[in-house]
Amino acid sequence: MQDATKTSRKATFPTGIAGSGMTSVELDIPTSEPPVLPPNEDLSVVGKRTPRLDGRLKVTGAARYTADVRLPNMLHAKVITATVPHARVKSVDISAAEKAPGVRAVHVLERLLGSAVVRDSSKEIASKYPIVRYSGQPIAAIAATSPGAAEDAAKLVKVEYEVLPFVVDADEARKPGAPLVFPAPADMAATAGGGGGGGGLTQAGNVRGPARGGMFGPPRGDVENGFAAAEVIVEGEFRTQVQTHSPLETHGVVADWRSDGLTVYSSTQGTASVRDELAEVFGLPKTQVRVITEFMGGGFGAKFGAGNEGVLATHLSKKAGAPVRLMFDRRTEQLAAGNRPSSHQKLRLGAMKDGTLKAIHLVNFGTAGVGTGAGAGGPAQNMYECPAVLTEEADVFVNAGPAASFRAPGHPQGCFALEQVIDELAERIAVDPLALRDRIDTSESRRLERRLGAERIGWSRRKAPGSDPGPVKRGIGVAQSVWYRFTDMDSACEVRIARDGSVELLSAVQDIGGGIRTALAQVVAEELGLQAADITVRIGDTNFPIGPASGGSVTTNSITPAARNAAHDVKMQLASLVAAELGVEPSGVVMRGGTVAAGAGGKSLTFRQAARRLKTEQIAGLASRSANYSDGKRAFDRYGGVQFVEVAVDTETGVIRVERVVAVHDCGRPINPLAIESQVNGGVLQGISYALYENRQLDRNTGHMVNPNLEQYKILGARETPVIETILIEEYRGRSSTDAGGIGEPATVPTAGAVANAVYNAIGVRLREMPMTPARVLAAMAAARKEGGRA
Amino acid sequence: MNAFEWVNATTVDEAIGQLGAASLLKAGGVDVLDRLKEGLDAPPRLVNIRTVKGLDRIEGDAATGLRIGPLVTLAALDVHPVVRKSFVALADAAGHAATPQIRNMATAGGNLLQRPRCWYFRSRDFHCLKKGGDTCFSQHGENQYHAIFGNEICAIVHPSALGTALVALGGSVELASSRGKRIVLAEQFFLPPAAALERENGLAEDELLTAIVVPPLGASARSAYTKVGEKESFDWPIAEVAAVVERSGANVSRASIVLGAAAPVPHRATAAEKLLAGKPLTRETARAAARAAIEGATPLSENRYKVTLFENVVRRTLLDAGGVR
Repeated sequence: MQDATKTSRKATFPTGIAGSGMTSVELDIPTSEPPVLPPNEDLSVVGKRTPRLDGRLKVTGAARYTADVRLPNMLHAKVITATVPHARVKSVDISAAEKAPGVRAVHVLERLLGSAVVRDSSKEIASKYPIVRYSGQPIAAIAATSPGAAEDAAKLVKVEYEVLPFVVDADEARKPGAPLVFPAPADMAATAGGGGGGGGLTQAGNVRGPARGGMFGPPRGDVENGFAAAEVIVEGEFRTQVQTHSPLETHGVVADWRSDGLTVYSSTQGTASVRDELAEVFGLPKTQVRVITEFMGGGFGAKFGAGNEGVLATHLSKKAGAPVRLMFDRRTEQLAAGNRPSSHQKLRLGAMKDGTLKAIHLVNFGTAGVGTGAGAGGPAQNMYECPAVLTEEADVFVNAGPAASFRAPGHPQGCFALEQVIDELAERIAVDPLALRDRIDTSESRRLERRLGAERIGWSRRKAPGSDPGPVKRGIGVAQSVWYRFTDMDSACEVRIARDGSVELLSAVQDIGGGIRTALAQVVAEELGLQAADITVRIGDTNFPIGPASGGSVTTNSITPAARNAAHDVKMQLASLVAAELGVEPSGVVMRGGTVAAGAGGKSLTFRQAARRLKTEQIAGLASRSANYSDGKRAFDRYGGVQFVEVAVDTETGVIRVERVVAVHDCGRPINPLAIESQVNGGVLQGISYALYENRQLDRNTGHMVNPNLEQYKILGARETPVIETILIEEYRGRSSTDAGGIGEPATVPTAGAVANAVYNAIGVRLREMPMTPARVLAAMAAARKEGGRA
Repeated sequence: MNAFEWVNATTVDEAIGQLGAASLLKAGGVDVLDRLKEGLDAPPRLVNIRTVKGLDRIEGDAATGLRIGPLVTLAALDVHPVVRKSFVALADAAGHAATPQIRNMATAGGNLLQRPRCWYFRSRDFHCLKKGGDTCFSQHGENQYHAIFGNEICAIVHPSALGTALVALGGSVELASSRGKRIVLAEQFFLPPAAALERENGLAEDELLTAIVVPPLGASARSAYTKVGEKESFDWPIAEVAAVVERSGANVSRASIVLGAAAPVPHRATAAEKLLAGKPLTRETARAAARAAIEGATPLSENRYKVTLFENVVRRTLLDAGGVR
């Protein structure tokens, strides 16, 4: 029993990296917290490779995704989108569409979500309808009795435009006299870790900012002094393209408006975020909006909030008095559902001859279309020790779909530049790239990760650039990750034990694909001495205790402590019921291997027998995420990660093949290494795809996207999949009752930079522009030959 | 997609009887489905010829040449022992297209007759020359995947890998209509924009492609095909070359070199072919032929890389066909 007068207790936590010198740390933690969880080697379920509990449902098609939801009398919606990149909508004539066969409702958007808005609304162009600022912008939607009827009716909607001048190229948009995307300064809420956002920045023409500094504060030191003191200066100009999220399941909802409340099935990475936005837009109390996400087919950062699709479907359902299914088609997904902003980075780095960094200066112009948040400065600000760091980052508005947060916003593009410049510095001072990083990187995790990865990939066989005979050259490269341990405090779980011994966990948290369902079952099973498969996990429903939005690698870190605390609470309730029978204090009851016992060799019951002692049909524990444990002086915690890439470059065709990747990562205490490896695989593949293939191509003359599909928008496939070897370290710091962390973002942050460094090691030519296509490889090699010829 | 009538044809005559302005023919349906979904075609009637019996056979051998039914799938062509052994260029062209799933659906006839993949042509947003408009958007637009030869009117590249191989092999197509049958050399079947802007071949509205005919190769002839794509999975070539090298003694008696993804039709590199004739095939002559093959290229703003690329791919394919390692 807890001493009510005492709110905290001292607890000793394992700290350090398993297998690499573990020590312990004593922290003051609230008395309500469960006992310290030992390292994974001493556990039976947590930390063990556990196949997904819902794997069979997924591969057999039984798992019900939002796109699969069919309700009685459900209507099908079709979205009408803009056919021009910039215009004032003079009129929207829906009269013919409303009378078309099967049509039950038509709704024209009054307010557009997901775009920046003019700060001083009196300066916005006067218009009854939202100004069209990109081709493909949603304007209206139709609900009809069949998809075909909705599609036919959509053709009858007449939109009259007053066409305005447009610009889609970020370089053009920066020029004086370029067509203005917004008539006056515009803002958009920043996305987690995205940089570049922030309100109140100055705006000249289409260029907003620059913002100086990053999420951890203003610029550090004085870069002018730093460069003056530097013995070596390396610099480079880098460009990265716009990448679309391209989840397999597009954005969409099934909205069901009833007199007693609204139920929305949503393909979202934040059930609560959808609920909150719909409650706000429709003036409903949050308690009358229920959002359900049983399974979701990928989001990568673009699926927060209800979005235009959620608002349109809800309006249609309200008008029609029937449930409405609205899934974006692939084209609208590509145009209007978010993307990773471009970057145009000029990165300058000053160092001493021993590699010690003196100054980092990044100037970046990126475009997030009609949105903001094109910053890429995170790695420059946060990866290496450097006394003077200045990042100056501007958003360039163009007439293109708005960006959305995308798996480690800003970081893959930032690492593409930073990690190449670090390698250039290593070459200039004639130091091995890993040895240089050992000197300038203070992260203990990454130090170990570099060593483990170098051993696995065979760094010692790395040759001088271009030394392979024949047209195909091979190379090995490395790049590092930096990401931050964000915690979403809106994370709660309820764990119930029924009298038949069955256990369930309830939380609104959704599984974005990382496998949180299984991780939660493992945490609860570990606490109760059961197996993961014994736990029924019900998640993805706002009727359950609130769950975190899955973005920024927050999910496992945020929700597993709540699950463990709830499980511990209910465990102690059960222990109290059987303690007397077992002849021990409740705190002496041990649950392990399906038994409830008075310690080793003592009296014991099976878990089911113990549950039969319940005085009521069910007992439950409810816990919210408690604050991270702290000794009062901990800095904001970060994740490391180091990736090694081996490529083969055909110097006659320019084709780059990634043959092998060694990904070494940390995410605190790994809960399910099998699922973590899957997530690393996904991050690596998405990173290679970004590095080599993906590119949202806008037509310079018309402003339309020429590849709004998954054929001409190129994504890596089976033949481009390298051997991926993941090495996962266990890193303990006593941060919470599980000490678990996330892996979604770190897994993709360094990949493109590592590919670029490997390409340089293969051919001796740096590629500073993505995607690294055959065209760019051949052009870079030709330019290098020309330069060599002159020299 | 519009609503349409669906007709299953069970014989060639029945299929021919269904042809006309109101009908669109569907075999594997791979290309047709894309076009219907994008609204590029909105036919009142879809005539399914997958149900026609007897059009899915590969007949003949190395000595007689091949007669390939239009419903033979790319997957079947890829693994057919005679095609694989004696008509390597054809087997490799079929085997490197798209993905295994698509190759199981896509037919040889459909591959030859598919519409271009130019992203301006394929998008409803662009009313281009090919669709009766007055602009070729690629000329001053996003033309990295477009033609480097014969691109002055319309810069599509011909999409058919089989077409590239077929022209190199001197193959023909058999076209049937109620008026009878005709055999047209593949090289003449494909039409450049100057000859036919809104279509890519000489198939008349009332005609059905009933066979692909490949003549026997000489005993000393060998063929090869190379595809280079940005990706290998599910991607179109940025360059492809089919070549046939026939020898007389130590020298090349006849070479046939065809570039795909280079021009609005499979592009025959006649200067390179002439250069090789009467000479031994060596690294040096292959290099010279490759240089000749790209002469006269007229690259656009974003596809200059293709000139270098084709030079290298022509050389490699010649060496491959000639067995020079």
